[in-house]
Amino acid sequence: MAMTTTPTTGAPTPRFRPSSREGILSWIGTTDHKRIGIMYFWTVLVFFAFGGTQSGLIRAQLAQAEQSLITAEIYNQMFTMHGITMVFLVVMPFAAAFFNYLLPLMIGARDVAFPRLNAFSYWFYLFGGVFLYSSFLLGGAPNGSWVGYAPLSANAVSNMAFYAVGLQILGVSSLASAINFITTILNMRAPGMTFMRMPIMVWMTLVTSFLLLFAVPIIAVALFMLQFDAVFGAQFFQPASGGDPLLYQHLFWLFGHPEVYIMILPAMGVVSEVMPVFSRKPLFGYAAMAFAGAAIGFIGFGVWAHHMFTSAIGPVPRAAFSVATMFIAVPTGIKIFNWVFTMWGGKIRFTTAMLFSVGFVSMFTIGGLSGVMHAVVPHNAQQHDTYFVVAHFHYVLFGGALFGFISGVYYWFPKVTGKLMDEKLGKLHFWTWLLGFNLTFGPMHLSGLLGQPRRTAVLPEELGGTVELYNLLSSLGFVVLFGSALVFLYNLIRSLRRGEVSGDDPWDARTLEWMTATPPKPHNFDEIPTITARDEFWHRKYAEDEQHVPVPVPAGASVDTDEHAGHGEHIHMPDASVWPFIHTMGVLPLGYGLVYANWWLIGAGVVWMVAGFFGWIIEPLAEGDDDEPATALAAH
Amino acid sequence: MTVRDATPGRRPTTGRRARRTALAAALALVLAACSGEQNALDPAGPYAQAPHDLIIWVFGIAVVVFVLVQGLILFTTWRFRRREGDDAIPAQTHGNTKLEVLWTVIPALILAAISVPTVQLIFEQMDEPEAEYLTVEVIGHRWWFEYYYPDYDIYTANEMAIPVGVPVRLEMTATDLARAADLGVIHSFWIPRLAGKQDLVPGHTTYLNLQADEPGRYLGQCAEYCGLSHANMRARVVALDAGDFEAWVADQTTPADVPAEGTLEARGRELFGDLGARQACASCHAVWEGDGPRGPGQGPDLTNLFSREEFAGAIHDLTPDMLRAWLANPNELKPMQYDVNGIGMPNLNLTDEELDALVAYLMTLD
Repeated sequence: MAMTTTPTTGAPTPRFRPSSREGILSWIGTTDHKRIGIMYFWTVLVFFAFGGTQSGLIRAQLAQAEQSLITAEIYNQMFTMHGITMVFLVVMPFAAAFFNYLLPLMIGARDVAFPRLNAFSYWFYLFGGVFLYSSFLLGGAPNGSWVGYAPLSANAVSNMAFYAVGLQILGVSSLASAINFITTILNMRAPGMTFMRMPIMVWMTLVTSFLLLFAVPIIAVALFMLQFDAVFGAQFFQPASGGDPLLYQHLFWLFGHPEVYIMILPAMGVVSEVMPVFSRKPLFGYAAMAFAGAAIGFIGFGVWAHHMFTSAIGPVPRAAFSVATMFIAVPTGIKIFNWVFTMWGGKIRFTTAMLFSVGFVSMFTIGGLSGVMHAVVPHNAQQHDTYFVVAHFHYVLFGGALFGFISGVYYWFPKVTGKLMDEKLGKLHFWTWLLGFNLTFGPMHLSGLLGQPRRTAVLPEELGGTVELYNLLSSLGFVVLFGSALVFLYNLIRSLRRGEVSGDDPWDARTLEWMTATPPKPHNFDEIPTITARDEFWHRKYAEDEQHVPVPVPAGASVDTDEHAGHGEHIHMPDASVWPFIHTMGVLPLGYGLVYANWWLIGAGVVWMVAGFFGWIIEPLAEGDDDEPATALAAH
Repeated sequence: MTVRDATPGRRPTTGRRARRTALAAALALVLAACSGEQNALDPAGPYAQAPHDLIIWVFGIAVVVFVLVQGLILFTTWRFRRREGDDAIPAQTHGNTKLEVLWTVIPALILAAISVPTVQLIFEQMDEPEAEYLTVEVIGHRWWFEYYYPDYDIYTANEMAIPVGVPVRLEMTATDLARAADLGVIHSFWIPRLAGKQDLVPGHTTYLNLQADEPGRYLGQCAEYCGLSHANMRARVVALDAGDFEAWVADQTTPADVPAEGTLEARGRELFGDLGARQACASCHAVWEGDGPRGPGQGPDLTNLFSREEFAGAIHDLTPDMLRAWLANPNELKPMQYDVNGIGMPNLNLTDEELDALVAYLMTLD
């Protein structure tokens, strides 16, 4: 039985194909969604450390008024790279890490629809990040802020060519992932898994992927124009020659607002998985949760100009986008209440994963409420581009997305490693994280309303002692967060090395990914399960007696670890391939060529990538081609 | 005031922290409203007051929702925590349509209630003032604000004088090279106590109404990131009683004096117009001596320089010593990019003798 990715017989072994699951080559050539997910995770941690370091420098500079620990040049690079890093290199790929690892397991598939494209997405992400960070060594990082407003960003002093090209590379990664996940969800669900039986995490993967599919091309256009303005002297955003700075803002935010939901919906998916398990109850209002997520995604495309309330737009768009923005709070509110009522009447176990999920709901609510305050346009003019806004979106992205993802790390860590994370350290992590988070970002609400604008390299003394105090508190909060992050890292590494063995189902979970071995075998399931219910695994473990009281099913509680199960079912697995990696490397010369308008580099990159594509396309399959049944048969 | 300073410092460490933080925040919001000259919570004119009144009302609703939701979370997590040894399986409730409709409809109604006054106020704030108003043109440069009074043909920088109790309508745009529309970047004009911010966008004209009810000096700064010295781009509005404002206008419309021959000041004036191989001050800065019409320069108009209290984007007090330090090496007092892309003031490598003469001349411009 061909269970591994090694070629069995027949077809010639292609050159470069890794034949083992050990060693660096096996990671470079992997097409296993689980290993790709793990690579996403560790890469995210590295970039998180970079982004965190940048925020440390920012907080050090602003700890006191009129400080100049770092120059304005460096400061402007720091906040620009902090934003770019956290949005594009941390939160988005963090979601991708979860999607990659969990999606096939949750829908009962052996892998994603396009495994090599999946590897391609990861390598594009990695090289995009490396490319962006290489700017530090090549004359300075971008300093035009993460939104990159033109015409400032088109000016060479902003160094934003790296931004335009780097984000374009990351966009390719996101688009490929989106197509991959959508195809996988639509086509590869286990028999019986209807849409209304999918875990909410899968729903959120689907909605997020559609958002990416529609939003990324829009920023691709904006970045393309920006790059041409910055590098080739085009005039898309130059008013003197008929261009318009507002065009950039519209395009950017038409991507940028859905982007907010691209970042938060995956975390909402995580929380929707964690809360039922630790409350021992199904998710409250499943259908509402699924459709509220979809509604948020849909309305999310119609509110972009609320980022531009103080820009050159008139009263009518201000009014229209204000009302639209307010109503996006309705589906969000539905979600909040459904989570709370999932816990209501349950038997809540306060594991670290659960604490982070509860923290998510609580902190995200704060971000939601300040969001409604932003929608009050006349006062938005006071809040916009101040620390009040900085506080708001950190409550959404840090208190929201990151809390959710960390909850997911604690929850699925045993699934990935077969070991439990340490709960004592976990709780220390949670409480210090919550404390540090609120200490850092809570005071920013006030310093903003007291007149402190964002993106300023010095804290002006004239803002007064109160603002200075709040800034000092924020900086102290960073110190707490930094310590807390070290606890998390230590816990991760320690648990990896000698964590308590978890067993197959440590949490008494409800969904499919826990129904197989822990950690899962390369092919996930020996036999693809047939789905009869939402929370399939729970229903296999518990039945209801005559009074509708759930009781454990005495035997056959079926973690799918039977060595002999699946006998007779042929397991078709994707082959390993180094071609996505080889192909993707070409993006580096291409990218530098575009930044420096160097035709030789551009040419080399294009030739490299085309050659890589050919290698990819003509690479033979280990099991033969499905289109050629004879070869396929011979392979077994 | 001690209360205000102490409040946010107390950070409890329990799960109730979220709520307490908010209470502390609410308290601090109220208390903090009585200080700071750049404080959005301390409006000093109708265009800041109306949004403030609206947001206080919305904030009240937000506090109620906050307390209810966080209270519900805390109550639920406490009430339904699993007790040691309790392995019973709770009832597997899947939902409750009535409840779900309830928490869909109620928030929708609340938001509808907020949106009505919001939309009304959007139009009121942006419409031309009904009373007779003063027009001031605001041009955002990297990194200073220029003001032009079309009614009086006055050019000035950083500090905008306005009459108390009269609406002022700002006509704003951004550019770096005099009135040419190229090379400008977006700025945002923000005097929190008088009005919310409004961006200055190259190629567009935007409008902002503001009015001060009391005489005073109102602080603000550029609120849209505009590059290197964004933090050093401050704005001031000086509200003057009617008589003082008239005096100010009279002063600003009087041509600069020409210093008597042979004095140090005259030598300074000479250098101002001609620095040999170096770029002359006058190539960027206008000093109107009554000959011909006034026009904008590339840098701030210096005709009445010493009528202003601050300079260099209003980050430094305007004293002869500071001015001398500035002329000796502008970049040290405010980072600029003249060498890279011609933005800001160059270092002209002035000698001590030249500095003495120039400062002496500039001090006559009041």
